[in-house]
This record gives sequence, C-alpha cells and structure tokens, in this order.
Amino acid sequence: MTAQTSTTDKRIGLFATCLVNTMRPRVGFAALKLLEDAGYDVAVPADQTCCGQPNYNSGDRESTRSFARGFIRQFADYDYVVVPSGSCAAMVKVHYPKLFEDDEPEKTAINAIAERTYELVSFLTDVAGIDRVENAHATSVTYHDACSGLRELKIKQQPRTLLGSVDGLELKEMEDSDVCCGFGGLFCVKYPDVSGEMVRKKSEEVAKTGAEAVVTGDVGCLLNIEGALARRGDPTRAYHVAEVLAGFDKEDAS
Amino acid sequence: MHVTSEKFQDNAKAAIDDDQLQAGLFIFGKIFPLLREATASKLPEFEALRDSARDIKIEALNNLGTYLEAFEDRVEEAGGRVHWARTAEEANTIVEQLCEESGGKDIIKSKSMVTEELELNDHLIGKGYNVVETDLGEYIIQLRNEKPFHIVGPALHLNAGQVSDTFYEAHQKYGRTERVEDKVKLVEEARIVLRERFKNADVGITGANFLVAETGQIVLVTNEGNADLTATLPKRHIVVTGIEKVVPTLDDLSVFLRILARSATGQDTSNYVSLYSGPRRARDADGPESFDVVLVDNGRTDMLGTPVEEMLRCIRCGACLNSCPVFTTVGGQSYGSVYSGPMGAVWTPALASVSSAAKLPNASSFCGKCEEVCPVRIPLPSMMRHWREKEFEAHLTPSGQRWGLGVWAWLGRHPSLYRAATSIAGMGLRLIAKGRRGRRFVTALPFIGRGWTQSRDLAAPAEPTFLSQYKEGRRR
Ligand code: SF4
Repeated sequence: MTAQTSTTDKRIGLFATCLVNTMRPRVGFAALKLLEDAGYDVAVPADQTCCGQPNYNSGDRESTRSFARGFIRQFADYDYVVVPSGSCAAMVKVHYPKLFEDDEPEKTAINAIAERTYELVSFLTDVAGIDRVENAHATSVTYHDACSGLRELKIKQQPRTLLGSVDGLELKEMEDSDVCCGFGGLFCVKYPDVSGEMVRKKSEEVAKTGAEAVVTGDVGCLLNIEGALARRGDPTRAYHVAEVLAGFDKEDAS
Repeated sequence: MHVTSEKFQDNAKAAIDDDQLQAGLFIFGKIFPLLREATASKLPEFEALRDSARDIKIEALNNLGTYLEAFEDRVEEAGGRVHWARTAEEANTIVEQLCEESGGKDIIKSKSMVTEELELNDHLIGKGYNVVETDLGEYIIQLRNEKPFHIVGPALHLNAGQVSDTFYEAHQKYGRTERVEDKVKLVEEARIVLRERFKNADVGITGANFLVAETGQIVLVTNEGNADLTATLPKRHIVVTGIEKVVPTLDDLSVFLRILARSATGQDTSNYVSLYSGPRRARDADGPESFDVVLVDNGRTDMLGTPVEEMLRCIRCGACLNSCPVFTTVGGQSYGSVYSGPMGAVWTPALASVSSAAKLPNASSFCGKCEEVCPVRIPLPSMMRHWREKEFEAHLTPSGQRWGLGVWAWLGRHPSLYRAATSIAGMGLRLIAKGRRGRRFVTALPFIGRGWTQSRDLAAPAEPTFLSQYKEGRRR
C-alpha cells in the first residue's frame, strides 16, 4: 500500500453484514486484510447482527430502530465502522439518522456513528488515502455499480481506481454498469419475474464484455448476477471487489 | 380512481414475454434517457434549474390556497370561471353541467392525465356524449380501450400493424374502407378523421401543465398541436387540472419550461407552448366563447403535511419512468393504474388506497435512479417506503412476510441465536448444493426462496460463517 504505510492508532470495527457472514465469509477476511495492510487495528464485534434493511424496506420501522440500537451497542467505541457493502453502509450512514429524527439523546449517538461509518473501498481511498494495492493478477474484470453505493454514497471511481492498480488486471466496462441488477433485497423474491428479467439483462451485459469475472461491492448483487450467469451456463466468475483487491480470487481455479 | 394493481405480477409476467411491448420499452428505457442526458449536458445550468424548480414548487405548495385564489381572481378578471372540485365525482358532475350548458353532444379532448384519473370519459359517455381523444396516442388507446402505456407516449407499445387493424375497424363508419399500413399514411388518416371531429365539436376539454397565479393563464406544453385546436376551435373550452399545478409567476414558469421537455423527451423545448387566459375578447380573431377551469383536489390536499407531500411537485415529465429498470421491464399497463412507474407507485396509493395499490410501492428495488433524474428532485424511493410503512402499520403486509420479519427482528435482538441461525442456514445450503466446475450451486430453493431459483442459481457458501471462523481465530 502506498499512501499509508505507517500504522495509525485508529481502531476500526468491521461490520461484516449478514450476506458476507453467511454467504461469502471470504469477503470479510479480505476486508480484514485490506484494512490491516492499511495500518489499522481492526476488530469484529462478536454480537453484531443485521443492519435492519429487510425490515426497513418492508415498512417495519419499529424493528429497524431496534436493529439500529443493537448496532450502536456494538460499534459505539470504534473510531470508524467499515462495511464491505454499499447498501448496508448507506443504511447506517443515510437512513439510521432518519429513524431517530425526533428522539434525543439517541439521535446524537446515531448521528455520530453514522458519520464514522464507511463503505470499505471508499474508506480505503477517501479516508485511508490509498490509491493502489500491492497485488498482481493477469485477469480481466467488469465492474457493476451496485445501486446504494453508487447513488447514496457516490461510490463510482474509487473501486475502479483500486482495481486499476492491480498489476495485469484489465477493466472491461460493460454497458449500463449503473443499471440495477434486480436484487433489491426482498424485491428479488417478491417479484421474481421482474427481478429475473432484470438480472438476465445484466448477465447479458456482463457476458458481452468477455471479462473473466464480474466484480461488485455488494454481496447481494454479486449472488444475484453470479446465480444468473450460472443458470445460463456461463462460467464467468463473480467477486466482491475486496476479494479481488486482496488477491483472494487467485485461490480459485478458473 | 379504479385500479387493478393487485394483478401487477401477472401483468408483468405477460409483459416480459411480449416482444412487441419490449420493443416499445426499448425506446423509453434506452433512447429517451440518452436524449435527456444529451440535452441536459448542453445546458450548464440544468442542475441549478432543477433546484429552482423544486424551490418554486415548495413555495407554491406552502401557500397553495393563496396562489390558487390569486389564480381564480385573474381568471375571473379575464372573463373566465373557476370551479373547485373536492372529489372525482364532483369534478365529473361539474364538467357534465358545463357540457350541458353548451347544448351539444360532441366533445373533443386533448390529453389530460387528470381526466384519466377522474375517469371523466366514461362518465360523459355514460351521459350520452361523444368523447374523442385527439392526441394521436391517446386516440389510438381510446379506440382500443386500453390504459396508457406511458404518460408521455401512451401508445408507444403498439406497432404499425396493430394501429392499422385498430383504424381499419374504427374508421369504416367514416367511409374509410381501405386498410392503410404505412406509418405516414396512418397519421394522415387519423388527421383526416380527427379534423372532422374538431370542426364539429361543441366542447373542447384540455388539461394544463401549469397554472400561473400571477396572470390567470393555463399553460399547455405539447408536441402535436391538437391541444391548441381543442382549446380554440370549439365554442367552449374546459380545463380540468389538479390544484398542484399552480406556479406563482411567469418567471417561475420559465424555469419549468426549460426543464420539462428536456426531462420528458430530451427536446430543448416542445413544439408548442401555449398560454390561455379567458374566453375570446371582442378584438380577438379566434377563441372560445367560454373558458372554465375545474380545479381538482381528489386526495391532493390530504397529501399536504404528510411525508408524501413532496409528490405534489411532480410535473408529469415521465423521466422517472424512463429511468426505472422495473418500468422499462414491465411497461405502464402492468401497474393497473393511470399513473405508472415510480411516480405512479407514489401517486396511486395516495389517490386510490394503500390496500388496493400496495403492489406498486413494493415493486421497486430502491435503486434510486428515478430520484437521480426527477427534475423537481422528488425523493421517490423514500415516498415508496412511506407507503410500505403505511401498509405495514395497517397489517396489510402479507402474513408470511410479516412473520419472517418478526423472526428476523427477534434474531437481531439475540445475537447468539442469530449466529446459530446463520450457521445453520449456511450448512443447509452447503448440504443441498450441487457441484459444478469446482463450485457449488443450489438450483431449487423451497418457500420464499423459490422466487430466487426460478430464474437463477444460488452459489452456496464455501465455508462456515465469517463470525464463527473469526471467533475461532482465523484472521485472513
Ligand atoms: S416524479 Fe419527477 S421524474 Fe417522475 S414524472 Fe414526476 S416530475 Fe417527472
């Protein structure tokens, strides 16, 4: 890592998210590696659960507030909270404050934690000041802009910058990289036909690039696109951007 | 407003399988956004204009009564009349009475979404009037008895062959017995048939894109020119429009005129922008003998002071539809409402009911693209979430989903059980997964997961949960 070789005394709490925890644990370890390589002291609070998005987006505001309270209990003591997901990071950063607008003193605590919470890749570039990773892999990838990260957290260039720094990695942009893949949390199972058609279009765009893998910043979108590619018999791999930056994708036989 | 939104999923499935309709969606989903971006990028102040437009609407809505009364005064000064309609029934009755005053039976209309919302055509036809839509697209779907496919291009899902069939059937009574297939000729035929309707009409009904409080003018922004014929040829001009259309001044109007066409169709400006105030004066060369404006509430004031108040800023440009990956997959008719896409998902529950329209605000992945393009910066996803909250509060959320959310929230309060549950889920998936090229996929999930595996596989987790491995000391 270039910009940040010295260790900092800042402590990071890593919020793994449900999907990383359950479906793609390796992303969590990739995040640990990237953050530690950047010189941070990283811990994973044991009693973390979910950010509450399924409930929030289903209109269940009260339960969401209880998820938010749990989140504060787990992460209040860290200088930063880092999340390998644009949508869960945006949940904390953008939406938690809206849930406690009229409730002092909780409001103050929520706003404080929202301010210290970051999505992983943008944390590495914008806070840690990193513009390259020490990693070489002769491969080609195409990047899908997951919606929440892109629109709520303005994450667009950051992953491309870091991916571009991987020696030998070629970035092949797909058409409509910023169009939703159709995951949308519970949307994908509540509206399976619509979601299925959206991800069909997305996997077609991925295939057109001829890249060896599609890379994105959210495991939800990743599983969605990966599943659609697999269903059509397309061997293109799907990775979380952290897996590629940490070089974990090289473990997989292609 | 009658809606058939409960059938959203079935309609959507049919729409996805309809190649013709998908071709129409391509125009909205691909071409319009490109045109919008191209014209917007040529105008350096476009983003600033969007801010101004939003602020003007906020001001107008904060003082809605004042501006509407000012508008009313100016209209009356110009010799026109203003009628206030609280509900759709009231509005329809007022229009019916005004038509009755005319003594004639022939009504021509130019596109007005509000009259679609009121189901005014059905009402008037039921009372024995002949009502003809004169926008080409609206005319076609009226003949076919369909709902609009898109608020800006109501019939763009049809091809020339379908229009040809429709005209062939409908125009025989006007002595046109030859089938016409060429697109230009089809337009020509519509023009000839409609020209007679224009000449013989007793009443012209239009909507309004804006109402200017300062001058008492109603503003029509169109491309075909038929709205102007509708407003000027018949003896009576009736304007039916929503109360939220008012803007304070002509200067304010100019801001909207600079963003509306750009957002809607990617044009710098539309072909016609017309301002009308009052009936024909002695020195005027043409114009109607009477000028009536029906201001429709129909649920709008109930939105004031609620989280969906911001929806009243909507200028019906359709940009949110074109940008919406759901709309451009399923088309407008799937929504079972006059208003479709993201704006329809917010308008429909407000104007019909949460229970009848709940499928619409749920039919969104919350990707946020609509908010990104909305010229008056309406936070559409937050508004849709508001309706989901209302649905949840009213216990209208499907019981299975509600139960699942309850269990999930409970696990959230019991971290050790959350860890156990996610571990078991991961193990279960690994168990039922099948190997393929060194990876393991689940191809058929039960229960709610069926929706997932209907069109995609699920890559099973390759290892125990992150939290359990971390607890055991793994760090990299
Ligand atoms: S919500 Fe915004 S983008 Fe959609 S039609 Fe209304 S003004 Fe246009």
